[in-house]
Amino acid sequence: MNRKALAAAALLLATGLGLDLGLGAAVAADKLKVGFVYIGPVGDFGWTYQHEVGRQMLVKEFGDKIETTYLENVSEGPDSERSIEQLARAGNQLIFTTSFGYMDPTLKVAKRHPKVMFEHATGFKRDKNMSSYSGRFFEGRYIQGLIAAKMSKKGVLGYIGSFPIPEVISGINATMLAAQKINPDIKIKIIWVNTWFDPGKEADAAKALLDQGADVIMQHTDSPAAMQVASERGALAFGQDSDMIKFGPKTQLTAVTNNWGPYYVERVKAALDGTWKSEDTWAGLKDKMVVMAPYTNMPDDVKKMAMDTEAAIIAGTLKPFKCPIMGQDGKEVECKGGDALDPGQVLGMNFYVKGIDDKIPGK
Amino acid sequence: MELLEAIILAVLAASTPLLLAASGELLVERAGVLNLGVEGMMIVGAACGFAGAWATGSTFIGALCGIFAGVALSLVFALMTLGLAVNQVATGLALTILGVGVSGLIGAGFVGERISTAPRLYIPGLTTLPFVGKILFGEDAFVYVSLALVIAIWYFLYRTRAGLILRAIGDNHVSAHALGYPVLKIRMFAVMFGGGCAGLAGAYLPLAYTPFFVPGMTAGRGWIALALVVFASWLPGRLVIGAYLFGAVSILQLHAQGWGVGVPSQLMSALPYLATVIVLVLISRTRSGGSTAPAALGTVFVPDR
Repeated sequence: MNRKALAAAALLLATGLGLDLGLGAAVAADKLKVGFVYIGPVGDFGWTYQHEVGRQMLVKEFGDKIETTYLENVSEGPDSERSIEQLARAGNQLIFTTSFGYMDPTLKVAKRHPKVMFEHATGFKRDKNMSSYSGRFFEGRYIQGLIAAKMSKKGVLGYIGSFPIPEVISGINATMLAAQKINPDIKIKIIWVNTWFDPGKEADAAKALLDQGADVIMQHTDSPAAMQVASERGALAFGQDSDMIKFGPKTQLTAVTNNWGPYYVERVKAALDGTWKSEDTWAGLKDKMVVMAPYTNMPDDVKKMAMDTEAAIIAGTLKPFKCPIMGQDGKEVECKGGDALDPGQVLGMNFYVKGIDDKIPGK
Repeated sequence: MELLEAIILAVLAASTPLLLAASGELLVERAGVLNLGVEGMMIVGAACGFAGAWATGSTFIGALCGIFAGVALSLVFALMTLGLAVNQVATGLALTILGVGVSGLIGAGFVGERISTAPRLYIPGLTTLPFVGKILFGEDAFVYVSLALVIAIWYFLYRTRAGLILRAIGDNHVSAHALGYPVLKIRMFAVMFGGGCAGLAGAYLPLAYTPFFVPGMTAGRGWIALALVVFASWLPGRLVIGAYLFGAVSILQLHAQGWGVGVPSQLMSALPYLATVIVLVLISRTRSGGSTAPAALGTVFVPDR
């Protein structure tokens, strides 16, 4: 028995592979079979939980006209391709893959199964049988930035990032652009945990940010750990994906929550009617794919400002990425969308705006 | 100084579950049994620990439930590998998968529930001392228990007759059997002990670290505990160093990011693992040939009746 090889295998497992727990579903004819691939456990009370809420809405809406299956805890990369392939082979006709890192695996499987319809969340690649959909989360982040700058006494915000992908970076930028409107000298400290879900690590990151002087915590990871740490320390925080008020009744200011249900219902309906085609959906506060949790633990004037901003974003009179926008180097970012950055610039964002005293990791 | 104190407190908290799980596994491996199911036993311990604390409001009962759950799952392992002489590696991996599933099932009803954090020690006059007060006298019970556990294991292994027998079984179960020692019985107790430690380590997470339960919350810590045992070359003293080193690197990399140290965060996240690999290499270089691994580790023993 080679003990060292085993230790290496253990390390590999610790760092890389997740364990997928499949839920098998019996095959039944003439029902539309809909499959979901989740990055975390359905009970993460964050990202995956919200997709699960959407799936349950489908079940309620369509009853026995459809049959849904989900695979949870599927790690990004090769593991996910196997899982998606498995769903396609099991006869699922519509498959939702719900994490950024599933993009290329989904595309590969989509090419192999031209008759199966695929829907990939938060990516930018599409095909004849592969749609993409995402939320304009940065709209909510912009509102959070305003609130954070108003509520921070020390003028230091703490931000827990998962991976430095455009979705997360655009959130950081939107937060800062808004915060600078209130306090031009506002500082932001960013810690990347390089995972979407590890409550212990998220808690450690929150502690580190608070210990380093931040007094408002924002996160782009999936568990309520940071909220709970902030609540223990008497700081303020924003929930993520789900309303996390339970974990910080006196701590949560608001949360950018994701509401996938209506979109899922619409797409399944299209698939049932035979009108489904590959599309790119990018919806925000206006279409209620992004919904703000109630504004709590803040004075009335801040609350009013937040609500007014939300209304202005919905009305289209306020654009979070309104030009001119200065990059970190102090130069103006090219404005491709007229008076604001165009969707491509936001969905592929890989720069920090001026005022962020940090570097995007690996850049 | 305040920041340093905060960092040390965070390091102690991050290292404790690793130390608890790894010290149990160390004893198991010293008895010649390789139980790769630490992650599974931990996560079940986390679910049951939370359930117990939620139902009774007591951290102590929660911890007991965690230990009990870990022992229960380890008995499945013992039955398979010791009773039926099944391959230990395969059984251990299966145990992890089983544990993740079972914990999700047990914990499903508790997602979104909250409990209060484990109480911390408070000694008037001592805990309020500047700098050292909180670090030495202001921890939760788990931190003290984990250190006491390692000392107890060291004492057991090197200063008691029973420990000598256990080590003998781990090195050569045929000879130990020939001398009349009940190999399988002793191994079963060792496996149960390891299960209890893993369960307690798992329970630490929802009881003291982040006081709520979410499925998969151990997030690979069981595997790190396994690697730590090798890292420590099966010596309790080195295990403490390894666990705290691992905790320190994982906390410091977060702080380094906050300070804006210009190293890519992906690399920093890999640092704890990188440190483990480097130390493994160094250890194997300084030792002239041969490993200190228990010689019978992972091999099946079927007594000739």
